[in-house]
Amino acid sequence: MNASVSMPIAYANYWVFVILMMIGLYAIIAKKNLAKRVIGLNILQTAVILFFISIGSKQQATIPIIEHVHDISRVAIEARDYINPLPHVLMLTAIVVAVATFGVSMALIIKIYARYGTLEEDEIIELSRDIET
Amino acid sequence: MKAGALAVVVILGAVLIFCSHGFPPWGDPASPASRHVSPYYIEKSMRDTSVPNIVTAVLADYRGYDTMFETIVIFTAGIACIFLLRTPQKTKTETRLYRHVPTGITLRIEKGGKFPEDSIDFERIDSEWVPYDLIVKTTCRLIVPFIQLFALYVIAHGHYSPGGGFQGGVILGAATLLLAVAFDLRSAKRRLSEKMAAILGTLGVFIYAGTGIACMILDANFLDYSALAPLLGVDSISARSYGILIVEVGVGMAVMAVMVMLYYNISSAGKQDEGL
Amino acid sequence: MFWQIEFFIFIIVIILAVGAISVKDLLSAAILFGAYSFMMCLLWAIMGAVDVAFTEASVGAGISTVLFVAAVFRTSRRTKD
Repeated sequence: MNASVSMPIAYANYWVFVILMMIGLYAIIAKKNLAKRVIGLNILQTAVILFFISIGSKQQATIPIIEHVHDISRVAIEARDYINPLPHVLMLTAIVVAVATFGVSMALIIKIYARYGTLEEDEIIELSRDIET
Repeated sequence: MKAGALAVVVILGAVLIFCSHGFPPWGDPASPASRHVSPYYIEKSMRDTSVPNIVTAVLADYRGYDTMFETIVIFTAGIACIFLLRTPQKTKTETRLYRHVPTGITLRIEKGGKFPEDSIDFERIDSEWVPYDLIVKTTCRLIVPFIQLFALYVIAHGHYSPGGGFQGGVILGAATLLLAVAFDLRSAKRRLSEKMAAILGTLGVFIYAGTGIACMILDANFLDYSALAPLLGVDSISARSYGILIVEVGVGMAVMAVMVMLYYNISSAGKQDEGL
Repeated sequence: MFWQIEFFIFIIVIILAVGAISVKDLLSAAILFGAYSFMMCLLWAIMGAVDVAFTEASVGAGISTVLFVAAVFRTSRRTKD
């Protein structure tokens, strides 16, 4: 598959990444519900993964699986013909870590709800202050 | 609070978009990301390991240490979920709901009462009960073996096509989750109990680390698979290919066990008697 | 591929992300989040990252959505903002 695109899209990737990252950051800062904050965190993580994947692409290059030829030792493999596989490797680990933290945060949300009866942050702060005094 | 957050986010976004003009244009082959060690991986991985999928070769062979710790991270997430949520089950003093099938009456048996034995007339139900749905249950029962087969294919074929240990492990876990969602949690637990899932997870991590230690015992570096060549009976390049396959199997087992453990604990909030 | 397809998917991804954090019902947020995950997977497949797209498809649809819906089932469904 050729990844050849024309100039109008040259920087639009980075803009979309910045917009998505800011959407995620806004959800983490401004939302009161805990589950919405976790969604915002995940949006931030996938936006960063999008950025890393987009810096590894090359024009007129194909996916990083070496094409099947009969005598592989005779054919020279050029680095120009394949897109950069190194960001893909790092981002696989990033996705695994993202799903691990997502699972643990869901467990924490259930525990908080069982303790306080609500998931809104201001109500939780009030309830914990009432319990203290 | 929201206006302040919006202002911060907009200003930060504007600064970042302004700075993004300094990046190399998209798809530039001479960009700094594609210049230093990445050409070596592309050109030499086939000669060193005879695995066409460059991403799998780099993930499991050249950067195998990181992948081992990634497996340990996901295993730790499963264990953390158990620590947070799991409450011990008291079988003697719990309340159960039974339904008398011929008449449709629901019985609630309180603590300390006598449960009806396994008979055709009484079936045990959850608090939210739906009638028997033939299409969903039959379809799921038919399709789960094919999902598991496809997951095994993804793990085994990770050398030649996109895939590998993690993806296959997630799909295997998703097959058990499908069983738990279509039927109920107890029938899924009968097929893959929590103890067996924990043992499989630990075994998966153990396989990965054990391969590395086996390489060390055979007088090479940790996770240097070419040292396994005399053990497997092939030359050292194919030994690296087989070493990648072994650790992918380990990763797949660990990931499947953790996905199942996460679902069991989250959907029943720790008590593991009824789920979604 | 054609840059028009990528542009279209960018627009959809941004709309889904904004929607996932602003609906008032947590179950709808979970489904929108699953759709966002699928659209990101499509984007990465277009850019040539097939392994990463495979992982995101299986994790986003198979695990994240199911875990989120299970957690919403155990807590409350409505949110105030």
